[in-house]
Amino acid sequence: MVLSPADKTNVKSTWGKIGGHAGEYGGEALESRTFASFPTTKTYFPHFDLSHGSAQVKAHGKKVADALTNAVAHMDDLPGALSALSDLHAYKLRVDPVNFKLLSHCLLVTLACHHPAEFTPAVHASLDKFFSAVSTVLTSKYR
Amino acid sequence: MVHFSAEEKAAITGLWGKVHVEEAGGEALGRLLVVYPWTQRFFDNFGNLSSASAIMGNPKVKAHGKKVLTSFGEAIKNMDNLKGSFAKLSELHCDKLHVDPENFRLLGNVLVIILASHFGKEFTPEVQAAWQKLVAGVATALAHKYH
Repeated sequence: MVLSPADKTNVKSTWGKIGGHAGEYGGEALESRTFASFPTTKTYFPHFDLSHGSAQVKAHGKKVADALTNAVAHMDDLPGALSALSDLHAYKLRVDPVNFKLLSHCLLVTLACHHPAEFTPAVHASLDKFFSAVSTVLTSKYR
Repeated sequence: MVHFSAEEKAAITGLWGKVHVEEAGGEALGRLLVVYPWTQRFFDNFGNLSSASAIMGNPKVKAHGKKVLTSFGEAIKNMDNLKGSFAKLSELHCDKLHVDPENFRLLGNVLVIILASHFGKEFTPEVQAAWQKLVAGVATALAHKYH
């Protein structure tokens, strides 16, 4: 699976429109949605306060969003840009690969909620591919 | 057996009442074919699926999408017995249509995404969670008779 020039344009353009909301979407919606819809994902955060409005969850959502913003800026070399995070997920966090799909789905839901006009079928496809590519890189050193 | 609380049922039926089934059905199936092009394998006789706009405008896609979502709507009336409601359709999808049940999960998630884009802030995490439970239940029910 390869990101075409059109995919890259779609992703950059959509991410640009999100502007300063990336962190907010990351925390408030991603984790809220992912933890609410897929409770098994909470097993990776026993050390967190997972109650509604948790500052830890907000901070973590922003961390994830910032990493994605970095990935968007380096779409031509995702393995390079995400190398340290790839090591982290492989050797320390060891989040089961299925969970990347769950988070990616909730990212798409969040973007669809906040930016329905931008979220055309073509953009939806490009974003799905992009999140899939990021997920692949993050799990690439698992074994 | 999936059990839906009163709140979950309300979240689902509340939103469903405002959905334009014909339009949403076409959009859901169309997006499935655009975002996951390999799903086009089941629709060789649908004509022009060569681009996103061709797919979204294709009358056969719209018609079939409406059929699928109408059936979904029937299931919503029988949330306490999804396996029973979908027994015949499950046999059909296995024996005649030969559809990998993974496709039901893909379509269910595309439907959730469409609801998010239509309802925005109203599609809260709690509402989404109820709908995720429903689409998972429907996917499981449709796969139940596979052998």
